[in-house]
Amino acid sequence: MIERTPVFDAIVQVLLVLSFVALLLPFWVVLVAASHDFHTVNQVPMPLLPGRHLFENLATAWEKGNFSRVMVNSLIVAIAVTAGKIALAAISAFAIVYFDFRLKKLAFWAIFITLMLPLEVRIVPTYSVAADVLAPFEAILNLTGLSVDLPQWSLLNSYSGLVLPLVATATGTFLYRQFFMTVPDELAEAARMDGSGPLRFFWDILLPLSRANMIALATIMFVFAWNQYLWPLLIITDQANFATATMQLQKVVPNGVWGEPPVWNTAMAANLIVLFPPVLVTLLLQRWFVRGLISAEK
Amino acid sequence: MTGIELRSLRKTYSGNDVLHGLDLTVTPGEFLVLLGPSGCGKSTLMRMIAGLEAVTTGDILIDGRRVNDIEPRARGCAMVFQNYALYPHMSVSQNIGYALKVAGVPKAERQARISAVAGSLALTDFLDRKPSQLSGGQRQRVAMGRAMIRSPRVFLYDEPLSNLDAKLRVAMRLEIRRLHQKLGTTTVFVTHDQVEAMTLADRIVVMNAGRIEQVGTPSEVYQHPQSTFVAEFIGAPGMGLVDAIADPKRGVLCLGDGQEVRFDAARWPDLPHGAVRLGLRAEEIGITAHPSAHTVMARVELIENIGPHRHAHLSLSGCNLIAQVPNDFALQSGAQVAIGFDMAALQLFDPATGRRHAGQNVPLAERIAATV
Repeated sequence: MIERTPVFDAIVQVLLVLSFVALLLPFWVVLVAASHDFHTVNQVPMPLLPGRHLFENLATAWEKGNFSRVMVNSLIVAIAVTAGKIALAAISAFAIVYFDFRLKKLAFWAIFITLMLPLEVRIVPTYSVAADVLAPFEAILNLTGLSVDLPQWSLLNSYSGLVLPLVATATGTFLYRQFFMTVPDELAEAARMDGSGPLRFFWDILLPLSRANMIALATIMFVFAWNQYLWPLLIITDQANFATATMQLQKVVPNGVWGEPPVWNTAMAANLIVLFPPVLVTLLLQRWFVRGLISAEK
Repeated sequence: MTGIELRSLRKTYSGNDVLHGLDLTVTPGEFLVLLGPSGCGKSTLMRMIAGLEAVTTGDILIDGRRVNDIEPRARGCAMVFQNYALYPHMSVSQNIGYALKVAGVPKAERQARISAVAGSLALTDFLDRKPSQLSGGQRQRVAMGRAMIRSPRVFLYDEPLSNLDAKLRVAMRLEIRRLHQKLGTTTVFVTHDQVEAMTLADRIVVMNAGRIEQVGTPSEVYQHPQSTFVAEFIGAPGMGLVDAIADPKRGVLCLGDGQEVRFDAARWPDLPHGAVRLGLRAEEIGITAHPSAHTVMARVELIENIGPHRHAHLSLSGCNLIAQVPNDFALQSGAQVAIGFDMAALQLFDPATGRRHAGQNVPLAERIAATV
């Protein structure tokens, strides 16, 4: 339905602008707070125009949060999670769409239903598996009466621990499934006639065709992985080596001395640092992002 | 040269028979057209030959070798799809050369073969384009090039012309025929368009509801349809059918409304007294200004101008007939007219089975009715 009423149009415009301002206001406050010195930022009320100490604050925050180390950790984790999610989603959707096997429906719904089980909901069992990966297998074997002692394999305090539990993705699988279903069957048949096997077809035809889809997924998943807070906080005790950028934020906020006011300027500068990579990724990929979510390339 | 043989081939989808045990031989180098209305199983049959559909029972032999369980790529068939199925992200040359790439043909040889094929299809200037930048006819040619480059033993075409506009369709039809004359590769072509079938085929296989109705050359199928289905399906317009009671002793066919037509009973010596169905093509029916003993009266329902002549849609004793009428013949729709038949061309069908009464004697040269 397209309305062409000037008054209504104006109201809608105003509403849009208001929501936009409301959306941007927190970011503005972060930016302003990050650009003043400690005393100005703790004034009441806080000034609403930027000051001149932005780079100074960024440098302090970078130092204090050990960001030269944790940014690398975060990048490693976010890239690994994104790549893993895309690979897994593409392969599982390929299996679901292009192969006829028993329990295919069940497999799809089992994946789909995990949409309702984000990490936060299953965090305790996930932690216990991460702490001893082989424990569930041991338990199953023990049920059958075999008493096996599998070696303990812990993912705590490691990159694999940060990455692996996040790699399975129902959203990605679903997105890929929808895309594969729009690919005409004739294309798969033409590839068969041309002599290409299923893997070759997947690699040569499906993956290049799904580029827009892949980039959309990469954007969402990179931001998702970068923003992980609870999980790294839970499994990383060796914070000097494995802390991620988001984990560091909590360390930057308090002042060194108990009872002193928090150092908001440094904290907000740290926020800016942590915000930068996901914003950059989104900006760079947004052109394909929208295309990938809306429709497949013709 | 490769022949194909089908032996009591059946296809069942979840309990429903789609093909009911077909036997068919495609002779080496032949251009065979599978013709039938949609849903008759012609595409399924072709896809079974290609290896894209599993065989329920029966055998497919290519060059005398049973290929039921052989992968499509090893059967030596190349297929042109209805929607071309070009790989959208690949250029024309990549599309054409993909089969060779998969087969591991070295790049230099691949390039040489691609340019040879592209040259023969007038695609040389488009090798770097993507399919989306091509016109329908060009896409069609790329699809053909992709099939040709493998030098297949059998070409399979699945309604390849149905997405083209009328003019292009005629041009591509010629090109396909020319290609076949040049290469002489055994070809199976699926279509629902009987004009395409008549113009392209060495032999036509008319299919209906998963069965083969008739196999024959285009003129056999046109002139001697073996069943009422073929009679109505082949030709534009199809054969007109009129119900009657045959009285061989008196040598007349009694129409439902009481009119009688004399016929050459000696041509069908074994014809019993009873219901028959007369089959007559538009060009075998003449409208005359002078009613006589050899004509019957029919009503003109509608007149269609075709260009070289007109088609008069007639109602004769409740059945519909189409007669071909010269442009200068004065005719009014709604009028009662006298029509005469070319009795030498008359076909009789058994209304119960739909099969043709073959008859034993050739038609008399003498024309019983006056013709235009």
